[in-house]
Amino acid sequence: MRGRRWRVVVLTLAALYFLVPLLSAAEFSLRTPGGGYGFGNYLAIVRDEVLFTSLLTSLQIAVFTAVLVLALVVPTAVWVRLRFPAVAGLLESATILPIVVPPVVMAAGIAFVQANLGGPVFRTLFASSTTALTPFYVVLALPFAYRAVDNGLAAIPLRTLVEAARNLGASTATALVRVVLPTIRSAVLGAAFLTLALVLGEIVIARILLYTDTFPIAVVEVGRSAAGVSVALSLASLLFTWVLLMAVSFAGGRRSRKASS
Amino acid sequence: MTRTAEAPVGTGRGVAVEFRALRRSYGATHALDGLDLALRPGELLALLGPSGCGKTTALRLLAGFDSPTSGQVLIGDRDVTGVPAAKRDTGMVFQAYSLFPTMTAAENVAFGLRMRRVGAAERTRRAAELLEVVGLGNRAGSYPHEMSGGQQQRVALARALAVSPSVLLLDEPLSALDARVRVQLRDEIRRVQLAEGITTLFVTHDQAEALAVADRVAVLNAGKLEQVGTPQEVYGSPATDFVAEFVGTTNHVPAADGRITPGAPTLQVRPEGLAVGTPDGLAATVLTSTFLGPVTRLVLTTEVGELVVDATSRPGLPGIGDTTTVALTQ
Amino acid sequence: MSDLLEAPAAPPDRVRPTRSWGAALGLLPFVGYLLVFLGGPLYFVISGALSDPDGRPTLANLVASVSAPQYRAAFLSSVLLSAVTAVIGAVFGAFLAQAVLTARPDSPLRRIVSTASGVLAYFGGVPLAFAFIAALGQTGLATVFLRSVGVDLYASGFRIDSLTGLGLTYVYFQVPLMVILITPALEGLLPQWREAAENLGASAWSYWRHVALPVLAPALGGATLVLFGNAFAAYATALALTSGSIPLLPTAIASALSGNVLADQQNVGLALGFDMVVVIAVVMVGYLVLQRRAARWSAR
Repeated sequence: MRGRRWRVVVLTLAALYFLVPLLSAAEFSLRTPGGGYGFGNYLAIVRDEVLFTSLLTSLQIAVFTAVLVLALVVPTAVWVRLRFPAVAGLLESATILPIVVPPVVMAAGIAFVQANLGGPVFRTLFASSTTALTPFYVVLALPFAYRAVDNGLAAIPLRTLVEAARNLGASTATALVRVVLPTIRSAVLGAAFLTLALVLGEIVIARILLYTDTFPIAVVEVGRSAAGVSVALSLASLLFTWVLLMAVSFAGGRRSRKASS
Repeated sequence: MTRTAEAPVGTGRGVAVEFRALRRSYGATHALDGLDLALRPGELLALLGPSGCGKTTALRLLAGFDSPTSGQVLIGDRDVTGVPAAKRDTGMVFQAYSLFPTMTAAENVAFGLRMRRVGAAERTRRAAELLEVVGLGNRAGSYPHEMSGGQQQRVALARALAVSPSVLLLDEPLSALDARVRVQLRDEIRRVQLAEGITTLFVTHDQAEALAVADRVAVLNAGKLEQVGTPQEVYGSPATDFVAEFVGTTNHVPAADGRITPGAPTLQVRPEGLAVGTPDGLAATVLTSTFLGPVTRLVLTTEVGELVVDATSRPGLPGIGDTTTVALTQ
Repeated sequence: MSDLLEAPAAPPDRVRPTRSWGAALGLLPFVGYLLVFLGGPLYFVISGALSDPDGRPTLANLVASVSAPQYRAAFLSSVLLSAVTAVIGAVFGAFLAQAVLTARPDSPLRRIVSTASGVLAYFGGVPLAFAFIAALGQTGLATVFLRSVGVDLYASGFRIDSLTGLGLTYVYFQVPLMVILITPALEGLLPQWREAAENLGASAWSYWRHVALPVLAPALGGATLVLFGNAFAAYATALALTSGSIPLLPTAIASALSGNVLADQQNVGLALGFDMVVVIAVVMVGYLVLQRRAARWSAR
């Protein structure tokens, strides 16, 4: 076709810029102390008990965060589309807020509460990294999760589905769980995995609030003595999340093609 | 080959347009399977057919948005087959939402002139003139989102005409409008087209629209041309079964000696070619009756199958379940 | 009286768009959560910024946060870093998004770019810093390769833990975020606009200049502002890449909060946070104004 050369240039530049650091990191992570290549750095995750425990902690935080995020986002996005389209734009703007509110400022505010306010509520909240970090990671995860779910809802005849289900005798809640949720499954999974990516990468709030037992913090800490392990594990967590997202994307794509043929 | 009446040619800056053995294939499917069709200078030709018949493909090949697998497109006596869309000198009206949203009506109309480096004063004058022609002289400063669908399509028409193209292309321009506006704008388009005398290809799937507005109608099916002729010819003497079915409603009536005769060879008869309540007609029972204003459409069950009859609305027509008789009108 | 008889009688128009306050109740969990867990910390930042360590109201912290030279330097480099990476990320991201959009919707390229954008825009921080050190550090793979072909980055003054190095790294998450933000707007460009323009004699350039860019302008501006905010707020990458050697606003806040300095530094740290919030608020207002413009064009 006409004038597609700029496209090749842009895609080549992008491939170079995005792949070189990743490949460099991969190469570095595969180096062994002896001078050859091997998977030694990746095996640290099972050898090193501190790292392994931190991974479990972070995965636990990720699961709680994802559940809370979806419980907040899915009903709200459905509600806005069905009953309150007037505020759709406003709400979308509100979900931009956590992208731009600095985590370090959030952390500063939380640290103030942590240091100066007592009481059973706060004591319970700050008792462990899971209880202390989850609520705030939910805030950080909201923007993309809302976007992902709302895009999923935009692609289905939501009103018709809900009205049909209600017409057949289902309550709104049943319609939501049994009809709407399965049709936006890939959007929901996408939102959940993005939440996972966030939790596996967040170090600012955790460090300022001194919850140093999460995976990303442990990965940074281990880098002081074994840089290879740091690089290997951070790369692995990034690729792991990406593979999950790709799987969702391809599975979702196959389903929709089947449905349309 | 086809008998046609002479097209009423307008004031005449119209040019001829011709598709020669035009074929467009996507893999094994042929959107257009060898189209030969000529438009006379200044005529409005309606390209009619069901969706997927290739009519939009033909229009896009003429506009230059797509290129043919084989064959030629001629505008005037110039072969434009390889010419880019921007250099073809056609004016196109799209289905809907084609106005540039950040420009006012006047700026939209002036856009083509701006691309041709016409001076600002002349652009403004010409835009005002054309908005006047489509009856929107007072909306020059309005943005598309402030106008109704019908008004937007009028601006789109003015925009297409502003550059004085040699051919006007209309891609189902009325399909997104509601019924009343559709008829109004249809007649408006015809009036402007006649006044400008511009050769026009009007793509539509609505047979009533095609019959009402066109000098000639070309019926397309599965990438092939079925018939070209005046609306009267296409409606009155359909060349193929497809045309008969697609244009208007058709009864297949076995008839001999001007009488409905079971077992005789079938004739194609329009609903208005049958009458009810005639003394020596075939026995029939009314299945449904639909009041359409001046006529009432009756569906009858008879010995020769179901027949559709349009009878002039009057007191005393048989109602649903009544028995009556049906015959060919003379 | 049974539920079975009642259920089908429920009027279908119960599910209709309304603007009643009842409908607003449905937003309560979402809005409430944001108020408590986002608004709460912000409230304490603001109130802490406006009081001394004993809780008495004062403006001294704010004055200190904008007048002390080390904070002013941090503020300037933060703004510079954010502005430059926002513009570069926006331009490159918009081109990348358009290049990807011209591929078929279910092509692997589109899936790879859209999923990778999500992961990279979100992950930020740690893996990113390590990857850039592995590529462009003193002994990084790309550094070594470039040296072997005669380009010695470090001899010409480059350092990965400099402001330039940090900017290069920031672009890595700015571009994916731009792709995410601008793709819907690019998809909103109707094909018939391009065809109508072409039909009227416009070249590809004229189409972009006169039709597409004016339509996109608010979305492009809004997305660039979000990118600015994103870089302004980012800290993880800087933390992992430079361990705090470059003076940035988040670095200054973190060190003021870490408390090993003077006690009233805590409140100055909060005042710096307050400054950041003010900048962000200005950016957000700009974003909302542009959003409104963007919505106008899409009103049909």
